[in-house]
Amino acid sequence: MADIKCAFIVQRPQYKGETSRLALTHALSYQTVEVLLEDGDTVTPSLCFVGEGLLGISKGQNAMAPYGINSSELHAKNCLLVDLDVYVCKEDMEKYGITEDQLPDADDMGAEKRMNVVPFAQIEKIMEEAKHVLFF
Amino acid sequence: MGVLTMGVFPGLVGSGCYDFALRLANAAADKGHVVNIWFSGNATVSVKAHQKHLKDYSTGEKYLVELMEKGVEVCTCEACTVSRGIQKTESIAKIQWNAMHWYLSKVHCADRVLQIGGE
Repeated sequence: MADIKCAFIVQRPQYKGETSRLALTHALSYQTVEVLLEDGDTVTPSLCFVGEGLLGISKGQNAMAPYGINSSELHAKNCLLVDLDVYVCKEDMEKYGITEDQLPDADDMGAEKRMNVVPFAQIEKIMEEAKHVLFF
Repeated sequence: MGVLTMGVFPGLVGSGCYDFALRLANAAADKGHVVNIWFSGNATVSVKAHQKHLKDYSTGEKYLVELMEKGVEVCTCEACTVSRGIQKTESIAKIQWNAMHWYLSKVHCADRVLQIGGE
């Protein structure tokens, strides 16, 4: 019986490529992984946005009308809805001029979690504490 | 011996990363390690059977078949694969089709995880 901590580090912008989106969908799948594990085994992901990775999570996105695809904002909100811990690098927010009120929440979905704006030092700590670190 | 789980995301053609991933998996399997490979993103195109091995292009089929004969587990993301127009009936035999939680379950049991990012 073990809980395996994984850090998902998103460092590429959304939409420019597919990989950064796959980080969110793979992290979300922790909700159903238990069907393939022994009783009591779990995977606990932490989703961290650093560098250009945080360029695609601002709220008010409208990807469905022009592109016919779900926005990365929706995926980010779903992550909050399923109680995933989401961290955004404070220094990179300042670097790109992104303010905390531009980050999405999932209050309208009934989520209790919010995105955590943290110094990069804390994201380093999350990576140190994780058994596996996956860069997207 | 250990358990190595690899998440492979780059496309078969246009990147050396895919070839690197399969060669590394082969070396690990030859050493006796348990190896799991998860395909997502553009890497899922490589599960299509009947690839013609032209010498100017990378090929996945020949190496994937050899890896699975050595006991390597290979699984493709069903959503990524069908979105690229490839159906399960067209797949290389013995490649598993599943959802992303397959990857996380193999991450859970792994001693080492290599996440090979794609496009």
